[in-house]
Amino acid sequence: MAKSEPKPTPVSHVDEPELHKHDSHETDVHEPGPRNLFQRLYAAFESPGRRRALHVAILAILIVTPWISSQYTTVILTNALLYVVLCLGLNIVVGYAGLLDLGYAAFFAVGAYTVSILTQQFGVNFWAAIPFSLMAAALAGVIIGGPTLRLRSDYLAIVTLGFGEIVRFTARNLEITGGASGLSHIPEPSLFGWHIDSSIDFYYVFVVLAVLAYIASQRLFDSRLGRAWLYVRHDEDAAEAMGINRVATKLTAYVIGAIFGAIGGIFFSVNLGAISPESFSFQQSVLILLAVVLGGMGKIPGVILGAFIVVLGPELLRDFGTLRLLIFAVLLLLIMLFRPSGIWPEKRS
Amino acid sequence: MLLQLKQVSLSFAGNTVLHDVNFGVDAGRIHSLIGPNGAGKTSMFNVITGFYRPQQGDITLDGERIVKRKPHAVTRLGIARTFQNVRLFREMSVLENVMAGQHCRTRAGALAAILRLPSQRAEERRILETSLECLDFVDLLGHQDRLATNLAYGHQRRVEIARALATEPKLLLLDEPAAGLNSHEKQALIELIRRIRDERGVAVLLIEHDMSLVMNVSERISVLDHGSLITEGDPQTVQNDPKVIEAYLGQDDEELAL
Amino acid sequence: MTWYDSFLQQLVDGLVLGSFYALVALGYTMVFGVIKLLNFAHGDLYMTGAFAGFGGLSLISGFVGTGWLGIFIAMLLAMLAVGCLGVVIERVAYHPMLGAPRLSILITALAVSLVLQNAALAMTGGQYTAFRTDLGFDGFNLGNLYLSYNQIVLVATAAILMIALELFVSKTLYGRAMRAVSIDKDMCRMMGINVSAVIAVTFFIGSGLAAAAGTMAGAYYGSIWYFMGFLIGLKAFTAAVIGGIGSITGAMLGGLILGLLESFGTHIPFIGSEWKDVFTFSILILVLVFKPTGLLGKSEVERM
Repeated sequence: MAKSEPKPTPVSHVDEPELHKHDSHETDVHEPGPRNLFQRLYAAFESPGRRRALHVAILAILIVTPWISSQYTTVILTNALLYVVLCLGLNIVVGYAGLLDLGYAAFFAVGAYTVSILTQQFGVNFWAAIPFSLMAAALAGVIIGGPTLRLRSDYLAIVTLGFGEIVRFTARNLEITGGASGLSHIPEPSLFGWHIDSSIDFYYVFVVLAVLAYIASQRLFDSRLGRAWLYVRHDEDAAEAMGINRVATKLTAYVIGAIFGAIGGIFFSVNLGAISPESFSFQQSVLILLAVVLGGMGKIPGVILGAFIVVLGPELLRDFGTLRLLIFAVLLLLIMLFRPSGIWPEKRS
Repeated sequence: MLLQLKQVSLSFAGNTVLHDVNFGVDAGRIHSLIGPNGAGKTSMFNVITGFYRPQQGDITLDGERIVKRKPHAVTRLGIARTFQNVRLFREMSVLENVMAGQHCRTRAGALAAILRLPSQRAEERRILETSLECLDFVDLLGHQDRLATNLAYGHQRRVEIARALATEPKLLLLDEPAAGLNSHEKQALIELIRRIRDERGVAVLLIEHDMSLVMNVSERISVLDHGSLITEGDPQTVQNDPKVIEAYLGQDDEELAL
Repeated sequence: MTWYDSFLQQLVDGLVLGSFYALVALGYTMVFGVIKLLNFAHGDLYMTGAFAGFGGLSLISGFVGTGWLGIFIAMLLAMLAVGCLGVVIERVAYHPMLGAPRLSILITALAVSLVLQNAALAMTGGQYTAFRTDLGFDGFNLGNLYLSYNQIVLVATAAILMIALELFVSKTLYGRAMRAVSIDKDMCRMMGINVSAVIAVTFFIGSGLAAAAGTMAGAYYGSIWYFMGFLIGLKAFTAAVIGGIGSITGAMLGGLILGLLESFGTHIPFIGSEWKDVFTFSILILVLVFKPTGLLGKSEVERM
């Protein structure tokens, strides 16, 4: 059959984009509704220059803080920074890829136990043990994620919960993991002659980790892979039709999340010098999830804020005793019912 | 032959949806698939793009077997599609939507992204440029920062086409692209389909109920009825085929207004 | 003891355990059937039921004592109270979320679970509470096997409750409406079925059964605490999945199978009881991966 006559491109096409430019509704881009404190803050730091200034300011505060505050504050802040790492990791899984992981503490545990066992029982150098520990976590992520990521999201939630419990029970039952009492006297690491042992030393280690986790999250978010997570979360079929392998994409998110968790676990174990199965309970997973949901799934500054809230909140609520966990639970429920996208405003596109 | 289906049969729980379909699309051709409602047209798209797995038959693209491949693999091999009901990523920007199409033509992984390797940055730039070019092609440059869901319906359809073009396909499947468009927009769609073929060399296979559009734009038409291909030919032949008229009889649609 | 006696002993243990699992699994499966929600809080309703039964028994023990009658009345009170609690939870927390993305609903359910758990924690200070009864451990010997009346009554009560539920679902109008709602909600609305009422009844019954199991477990084991619902919630979910989630008969079957599997499985050499829970969760994961529809579940049309 003969090709139909090719039509010349109509001239009007050339200037039509101009027309559209004029009637494009700029207002549609922004979310309408009340601008809360965070939105105003966010808007104030929208330009790259100001944002850089904000970054520098925050970094300066982080560096100076231990010199002007008590050791107690330093220890609490160290814990908050640990949570920043863990929450940014879980945020990739839950916030970006939309996979509900209720056993995230398992990866935290795998990282911590692998490095502790290698350094304490096999005398491996701490830094040399890290790659093994990360590989173990990635492997665990592949083993549990590979077959289950194609399941419905609620099944996945339960499988990850079950996996978290399996890891905890295994740690409690094995001899090499020290059973229910766990491992203690985990050697502190040195770096080029710097023996990392004081609480201020560890504080700075966690500042570095949190900053790296932040940068990595941000860069992943602005990449091809980060967009693929969002596509798959929004519409799996459309994403597949665009040539995105949804299982592989989810698995990548899961494994990267596992590695973030393991990094947190590795430094958690050397910081404390001792670990036990109870450090990696379901409650731990829930607390990390709470922080991610609180700040707003998928929003990096929100998640960081969430991490600080779940760590500093209980310290501030110490007088309430066991009630403080109840307060947290009610808070989570209220957020889901009234502000499901978290306290940080949506700001994408 | 660019796309070839040989003896493809598909059934769901004993109901035959496609029966022994032999079908082909030539490279660089604008080809239409028509037929009454429920004839199996969209199912055929789903079989071609890997969303459904046929019980029988073989499908090849450029000689390469694509049957039993996952949808993402089929797209990578060169078949892009749009959906009957627009399936944009509604809460993402127009540009991000189109960038999705470039995913299968790029490769940077997590590590490259975290380290911002020069290759990764060059790739991101290329994704951006190609996506903007595709948006320009469908005349939507200037809308790239809006949320997809805020666009007018006709524009959403064009974004979907731009997104499909961003996968750099050899064959583009359009599922009822004119549905919900006014006559002005339909005219623009005809132009766009022709330009896709003429300027980008992409073959187009479309399902459409608007017969005047089908007759106007197609070089070849295949008619599907009850899961079987009943006739095939140029618009003139198909229009006068008694079998086609019979297939549409009992359908009270104005679709018959050929 | 011969292998035969030990076999019988494990059979009895498995049945007792399985009865608890089955009763709790029913709530999971019923709720999943009507609103396709995995109710994370269900295990905590079981815990709440145990505390409600304990509270009920303390209230009425002055009049009827803490024997069979007292426990029976306490169980009914607990079923009523927790049933209502279930309805309230559905109304307040789940109903507004039904249109939301699944991730949000799941997290909401998790939040409800945490609220119940931590409310109990705050009230008890995390301590075990003794659930004192006059039941004792009377029973009789069957060969070398000792069967207590408690065990018999417990398994029988569970069986009666399950038979009653089966009759309710298959014979009554509400039961049939429940099945219809699980198939097509919109169609039911068009047919004039009060879907909200059916969902409420489903939550009431599911929560009530969990409360019955909770009270019985409290009386049987003699102590209760705020975290008792977590593990059984997970295991009952496993049971529901084994049976085929959404299937009522499947939940009963799955509960018994899991009870027996645990009871026998933990006596396999080299595995031992400390691996019991690992064993159970491994079963859960394997079933979900290889046969997500379970034994009696209906398969969804599979795509891709």
